[in-house]
Amino acid sequence: MSMSDIGIYAAAICLLIGAVFALVGSVGLVRFNDSMTRMHAPTKVGTVGIGAMLLASMIYSFARGDGSFHELLIMAFLFVTAPISANFIAKVIIHRKACVTPPSPPRDDTWSTLNVPEEDRDVVETS
Amino acid sequence: MSSAMDFMNFAIGATFFIVAIAQVLAMIRLVIGPSIGDRILALDTMVIHAIGLIVLLGISQGTNIFFEVALIIAMFGFISTVALARFVLRGDIIE
Repeated sequence: MSMSDIGIYAAAICLLIGAVFALVGSVGLVRFNDSMTRMHAPTKVGTVGIGAMLLASMIYSFARGDGSFHELLIMAFLFVTAPISANFIAKVIIHRKACVTPPSPPRDDTWSTLNVPEEDRDVVETS
Repeated sequence: MSSAMDFMNFAIGATFFIVAIAQVLAMIRLVIGPSIGDRILALDTMVIHAIGLIVLLGISQGTNIFFEVALIIAMFGFISTVALARFVLRGDIIE
């Protein structure tokens, strides 16, 4: 068994791990029954699922002979941007009151995304 | 060599199948999602699955061309998620 055979086996196992995590994340997205709970499952897809697939791509390109570390760029980009988009989606869910509103902050009267300005209090919410 | 390549071909086919099923499940949540936050989350998940499919295509064809495609789609997916969330939050994207 040569080195390239071992590399190909490792790439195939990484691919299967990534596929299992992608499926688990999507099943969680469909099956959970609360908006905030649903945000928990797809983070596995973005980190472990895609990470394992990109690792398989790197290992396979090294096993074929023309290896490169390019895929680390995609991995780093996804790892950096996943918390930012999750933060925005959580703010949207709190703003639309699709979850239980979090307890009031200690100093101000309400969260800023729920705060309606003084002159807009009489405007009727349409949706 | 042949048994390793057989296992690799099986793994590529199985991963294509499983990620396609995961994509369809995310699309179900996109259609039935009760609030707009669920729909944005499902779109984000679908973009990430699409990146996985492109990486898989690059592995199965043995080329490096699809790396740039995956990187650009990752950027577009992040920007579209943030733009949609900002539009819902503020009623405008760039103030």
